[in-house]
Amino acid sequence: MKLIKNIKKLVNNNTQIISKGRWVSLKFILGVDAEDFIFEINCGKIVSIEKRTVDTKTGLFKISASLTSWKKHWLYMPPRDYHDLFAMLSKKIIKIDGNILPLMQNLQFFKDLIASNREKKG
Amino acid sequence: MSNIKFENISGKYFNLMIKNQTYRIYMEESGKGIPLVCLHTAGSDSRQFRHVLNDKQITKQFRVIAFDLPWHGKSNPPEDHKDIEYKLTTKDYLELVTSFCKSMNLTKPIIMGCSMGGRIVLHLALKFPDLFKSVIALEGADKLDPYYDLEWLNRPDVHGGEIQAAYVSSQIAPQSETKYRDEILWHYKQGGPGVFKGDLHFYWQDGNFEKKSHLINTKKCPVYLLSGEYDCSCTPEKTIETARRIRGSKYKIIPGIGHFPMSENPKLFFKYLKPILKEIIS
Repeated sequence: MKLIKNIKKLVNNNTQIISKGRWVSLKFILGVDAEDFIFEINCGKIVSIEKRTVDTKTGLFKISASLTSWKKHWLYMPPRDYHDLFAMLSKKIIKIDGNILPLMQNLQFFKDLIASNREKKG
Repeated sequence: MSNIKFENISGKYFNLMIKNQTYRIYMEESGKGIPLVCLHTAGSDSRQFRHVLNDKQITKQFRVIAFDLPWHGKSNPPEDHKDIEYKLTTKDYLELVTSFCKSMNLTKPIIMGCSMGGRIVLHLALKFPDLFKSVIALEGADKLDPYYDLEWLNRPDVHGGEIQAAYVSSQIAPQSETKYRDEILWHYKQGGPGVFKGDLHFYWQDGNFEKKSHLINTKKCPVYLLSGEYDCSCTPEKTIETARRIRGSKYKIIPGIGHFPMSENPKLFFKYLKPILKEIIS
């Protein structure tokens, strides 16, 4: 899915996001409808984004939502409840599973990484 | 001659005695007239009200006072704080605010609080309607439900300041300017360990009083509620439900603003606050 794979370029060109995630090296899953995407992170940079093909390929934790919800999150001016990962969590629009310790230790990094796909002004 | 343009806010310290415990309290004030006491959100401090304290139109008619609760900002925790797990209760919070107003010799102040401050002003309206001219609850409701686990807020393997800021960043509207957003988050990054968690004990558990809020007498103490469209904590729906329970209260939902109206978008906030202040004193 091109929309998801775009995130790699957006993050790797953003020094602020990389700096925030400089201690993060792991794999996590972004769920979009029924599809899962494995993000491999090394020192804040995205090494790869691969579609999950078998259950034995996994990540430490998973953040999932419908494509419609992610698209709302990525609007230039997202509507209320879709404007932030944890705002979405408060309304159960996203679901979080797995070992979330590294997510909580680097919460703003993961929020910014996912939100990097947001439309730019104009 | 100095070219410094000082702000009109003055800050000072005093000792507040509550239940044989002395707290060194920091407060800021500006203006003259009817006292307007401002209460900060959980895990932050009185700096959130700097725009209110600096507004010439407001300070022309009101003596604006904002203070840091014990454990917050520049106010000290109790001397034995290292042996205590901080947990704010309704009883203690009520005692703190009323003791502060009493020690300042304030006569019928207006009291305005945000978030947990917005909750306690509703309790004050219920318990002490004769002490206050009116209460203004910003992002205040009589009942809220947690949407995350408080244990993440105070543990050695998660940076308390960073996670607090990352949590509350979800409550700021995307329309708010980055400089204001970053200032709010900076305050959260500076909180003492366990203080935000201890405040949320009041905000999400001990302070809920949805079965008693209907007893507030708004004829004695008028109640105003203002909440932001983008607040995912005290949502517009929670505010409206609260307003419906408090007969005679007035509410407004501010579009394009979040959980910190006074500090994330002061210009927009004043459009809603100033008519309320005018109504209260008219």
